[in-house]
Amino acid sequence: MNAQLTPAARDIPLLQVRGLTHFYGTHLGCRDVEFDVYPGEVLAIVGESGSGKSTLLNCLSTQIAPTEGAIHYRFRDGRWEDLCRMSEADQRVLLRTDWGFVHQNPRDGLRMGVSAGANVGERLMAIGNRHYGRIRDVATDWLGRVEIDPDRIDDDPRTFSGGMQQRLQIARNLVTAPRLVFMDEPTGGLDVSVQARLLDLIRRLVADLGLAIIIVTHDLAVARLLSDRIMVMKQGKVIEAGLTDQVLDDPHQPYTQLLVSSILQVGA
Amino acid sequence: MSLDTLSSEPPAYNFAYLDEQTKRMIRRAILKGIAIPGYQVPFASREMPMPYGWGTGGMQVTAAVIGPEDTLKVIDQGSDDTTNAVAIRRFFDRTAGVAMTTHTAEATVIQTRHRIPEEKLTDNQVLVFQVPIPEPLRFLEPRETETRKMHALSEYGLMHVKLYEDIARHGHIATSYAYPVMVEGRYVMDPSPTPKFDNPKMHKMAALQLFGAGREKRIYALPPHTEVVSLDFEDHPFSVQDWPDTACAMCGAEQVYFDEVILDDKGGRMFVCSDSDYCEARQAEGHFGAAHAHHQEAAE
Repeated sequence: MNAQLTPAARDIPLLQVRGLTHFYGTHLGCRDVEFDVYPGEVLAIVGESGSGKSTLLNCLSTQIAPTEGAIHYRFRDGRWEDLCRMSEADQRVLLRTDWGFVHQNPRDGLRMGVSAGANVGERLMAIGNRHYGRIRDVATDWLGRVEIDPDRIDDDPRTFSGGMQQRLQIARNLVTAPRLVFMDEPTGGLDVSVQARLLDLIRRLVADLGLAIIIVTHDLAVARLLSDRIMVMKQGKVIEAGLTDQVLDDPHQPYTQLLVSSILQVGA
Repeated sequence: MSLDTLSSEPPAYNFAYLDEQTKRMIRRAILKGIAIPGYQVPFASREMPMPYGWGTGGMQVTAAVIGPEDTLKVIDQGSDDTTNAVAIRRFFDRTAGVAMTTHTAEATVIQTRHRIPEEKLTDNQVLVFQVPIPEPLRFLEPRETETRKMHALSEYGLMHVKLYEDIARHGHIATSYAYPVMVEGRYVMDPSPTPKFDNPKMHKMAALQLFGAGREKRIYALPPHTEVVSLDFEDHPFSVQDWPDTACAMCGAEQVYFDEVILDDKGGRMFVCSDSDYCEARQAEGHFGAAHAHHQEAAE
């Protein structure tokens, strides 16, 4: 299944963020963030902890309402809507059909009390699928696609390794063929070889499905490997943005230079 | 020695134990529940002189709806003579002094712990259920704030996740009681802990059905003739328990809900109607089962 994105479709943004500001009381979360996300594009948001990355991600995914600003999203039928003005019911429908959210800790994104198959099938049942056999076939297929042995479809995610749980979480999100997936440090807490395998998998799925991804990470290596574009945040503001290779190879801001130079250069 | 014998004064209780203000509060919750079938209405549940889990919710509902002219029947597991039923019947006998019956057709208010009587209920009757856990989504989503939102937005995909798990683990939907139902296409409701055998009886029932959960402080209701549909999958349709080739050992009834009675330690067992009144009525009409015939022979 290859992404059927015509060149024209790629030129129209999926998400437009304008003047996004969020305050926790008087404390700044993020300020005046502006950017567009295009279909099939991976955007990385990097920065140290406390720089406003997660606040931004939570605003974008309608988990928290921003203090100011607008987030416009283009639906499949071409109509634009301001996410902040949508009803909570519509936001929740969007979040479980057209979107995905991959949490850093798979426990936050999975239902640990039910089997892997039920975890993958939940979104299908939520959108009205009522045929057990078909739900199971789709779940089996998706377990295969994220490299989990389909024989483990009836096992609890508790019995899975950290890497498998993370892949299960991805399968659970992608089963409704979303157009936009938010990822919050998806490789955090995994050892390096498992990280590499997961990154490979995400790259392949992005290419196959034409997904747009907004990924929050503090790991510049992950950003370099996955993303097309990058935004560097510091103290709630975007201080630098551009093509990933450009920003990482030629950082302009002193803070970005510091980030780039602090990557451990093995064998350099 | 009871208080009554120490004093000639009548007991200092209001009719049916609860004070009138409390009854009005409960009646308001009941009316709201009837107006929104299947919706769990919060109410200020009172302490009852009985532990939680013994039907304090059902008792409060019964106390709020019962009047001096009513006839009360109380059943526990379909039977009129088990501990819970006897205790509650005695409670209302002392505090309300209303007429009591074990005959389903004679009762105007029936309080039940599990079963719905086999005999068809009519539009002059009220069936009151004692509910331990009113929230059908509880074991899948422990956050009450979240389950309320899910009810509000009619997001019930999760309910099918539970049924999916059943089929994945047992090959069929193994939930046999507290089987979730969709009420009038809007609210998913837990008829707990009624066996699913009785779910079809709830559908379009002529009698008013009221559900009271004392510990959880919730009341919900099914007005007469409400649509109640048990959830299922297209390829695993809802079905009730059945006991092929089994008849009640006492009255010979088939296609009813059975209790299994162990007779000895050599594997001897018999099946009898869980609904004791139904069984006795049939015997009075001259229907007999295998064990009864055996008794007759032994007597002669």
